[in-house]
Amino acid sequence: MLDAEKARHELEAIELKIEELASGPADGATDAQIKQLREQIRGLQADFAGFTSAWKRVQLARHPQRPHTLDYVKHLFQEFTEIHGDRAFGEDPALVAGFARFHDEWVMVLGHQKGRDTTQKLHRNFGMPKPEGYRKALRAMRLAAKFRRPIISFVDTPGAYPGIGSEERGQAEAIAKNLMEMARLPVPIVVTITGEGGSGGALAIAVGDRILMLENAVYSVISPEGCASITWRDGQKAELAAEALKITAPDLIQLGIVDQMVPEPPGGAHTSHEEMARILGPMLHSALNEARRLPIAELLEARYQKFRRMGQFFREAAG
Amino acid sequence: MTWFRREKQRLRASESSQILTEGLWIKCDGCRQIIWKKDLEPSWNVCGKCNHHFRLDARTRLRLLLDDEQYTEHDAGLESTDPLNFVDLKPYRERLESAQQATEMHDAVITAEGKMGGRPAMVCAMEYSFIGGSMGCVVGEKITRAIERSIAGRVPLVIVSASGGARMMEGTISLIQMAKISAALARLDEARVPFISVLTDPTTGGVTASFAMLGDLNIAEPGALIGFAGPRVIEQTIRQKLPAGFQRSEFLLEHGMLDAVVPRSELKSFLIRSLGFLSS
Repeated sequence: MLDAEKARHELEAIELKIEELASGPADGATDAQIKQLREQIRGLQADFAGFTSAWKRVQLARHPQRPHTLDYVKHLFQEFTEIHGDRAFGEDPALVAGFARFHDEWVMVLGHQKGRDTTQKLHRNFGMPKPEGYRKALRAMRLAAKFRRPIISFVDTPGAYPGIGSEERGQAEAIAKNLMEMARLPVPIVVTITGEGGSGGALAIAVGDRILMLENAVYSVISPEGCASITWRDGQKAELAAEALKITAPDLIQLGIVDQMVPEPPGGAHTSHEEMARILGPMLHSALNEARRLPIAELLEARYQKFRRMGQFFREAAG
Repeated sequence: MTWFRREKQRLRASESSQILTEGLWIKCDGCRQIIWKKDLEPSWNVCGKCNHHFRLDARTRLRLLLDDEQYTEHDAGLESTDPLNFVDLKPYRERLESAQQATEMHDAVITAEGKMGGRPAMVCAMEYSFIGGSMGCVVGEKITRAIERSIAGRVPLVIVSASGGARMMEGTISLIQMAKISAALARLDEARVPFISVLTDPTTGGVTASFAMLGDLNIAEPGALIGFAGPRVIEQTIRQKLPAGFQRSEFLLEHGMLDAVVPRSELKSFLIRSLGFLSS
């Protein structure tokens, strides 16, 4: 445990240095320095793989006291003003969107929202959006793009809601449209996987220039329980599935899907929302500043190439 | 002294006179009739009695759609390196190998170029019998390359989907392929090169929630299962039986999610007509 804390502190210290550098003017020397520090971080992040098991992280990611989007909003943003509705069907409380000030600058904030007690959970539909939630998100993001405001997205959902209404109103189409549009929105997008990154429902607001991921968050194509019941035909094998699916931050950094890991306070993010926000804040800021250093055309090209390169795990078979 | 005497040798049917009929007949899911499989071939696997559309394998699909049944295949040898080293009851590597042997393909999609109505066309056809047509990094890469070729050569794109969604055994990597392909489609859109998505039975999960719903036109074959979540998942979530016809092509058409439901016999002419309008 001591080692974990030491690594966390080191990681934080380097991040703070990057934040300082990234807020300065853009020049070759600084960029090179940032790049070097990022390399240093890569090495450190790999150490985190051994600290906690994947299944333990799944449980931490789902912890009812874990900070949700509106908790981060409270601690990191000022003048948050929520906007509602998809202008087509309805309002979805499982996904919140609104503008706010972040380091004296207007940004669009959006994210999945889970509830804490039963009433809230039902109101937020356990953080599982319906098509109108995703369409609201896209509307908010387009609004941001129109007025050249960056987008900050928080991902924390078990998945998009699987129900009759969702299918009738085109859950698949809503998610697909977000993926296509986020790839070309002409403003910086910073994504943070804060809790559960549940499949397509998570990805639908997770295309961006920087992908951060909390130390105990998970990001997966299917829930470990779902995977276990399909492959092992036994939902009890979820622990094995969690390990096999490689869904933790250190794993996903290794696989080139996530850029940075955000350390959590000892014991997990739920132990102190303030402390968690204090660690995440500077990292969000530096990620945003780094994205902003690029002219829009270059930013979009970099975003395209970033996703284009993901999953180069194939070979040309002979014959 | 017995009245009857047993022959020394038992009577035995000669093996050569047996007729093997296993796999030659098929029961139609639509009208429950038994059909001689060969009878389905001229109608491209559509039941002559009730018009039920059986699944069509990727190669036959390409022969159906491309002029003179001629096409050039791209990236045919691309195969997955099993990035997660995934093992459940059986190693993913073994699943891949047996699928490869059964289908004589390296993964679940064929990307090909040929002519459609005399004009060049890029057609991607998914193979459902290859691990449920699931999308891993190879399917993601092949389709992305096909889109990039379409952009470079200004060749119209048709993707025929038949897939259960993202391939679980490649984890988050397969999920990300949805974003990768969609990003390439954004570029195709900007280049104003047409893309028609054809959804066939079944198209669900991450494939529906990415490229299959992003066509300039989204069309489907009759009776195809199309959805985001699978019917079983929905039933378990809402604890109700689903209504008949739920998540079928006709249901999606009714809810405004498809431009048209097109029978297989008219599919090619529909595509040619549409590309006529879409190509500037």
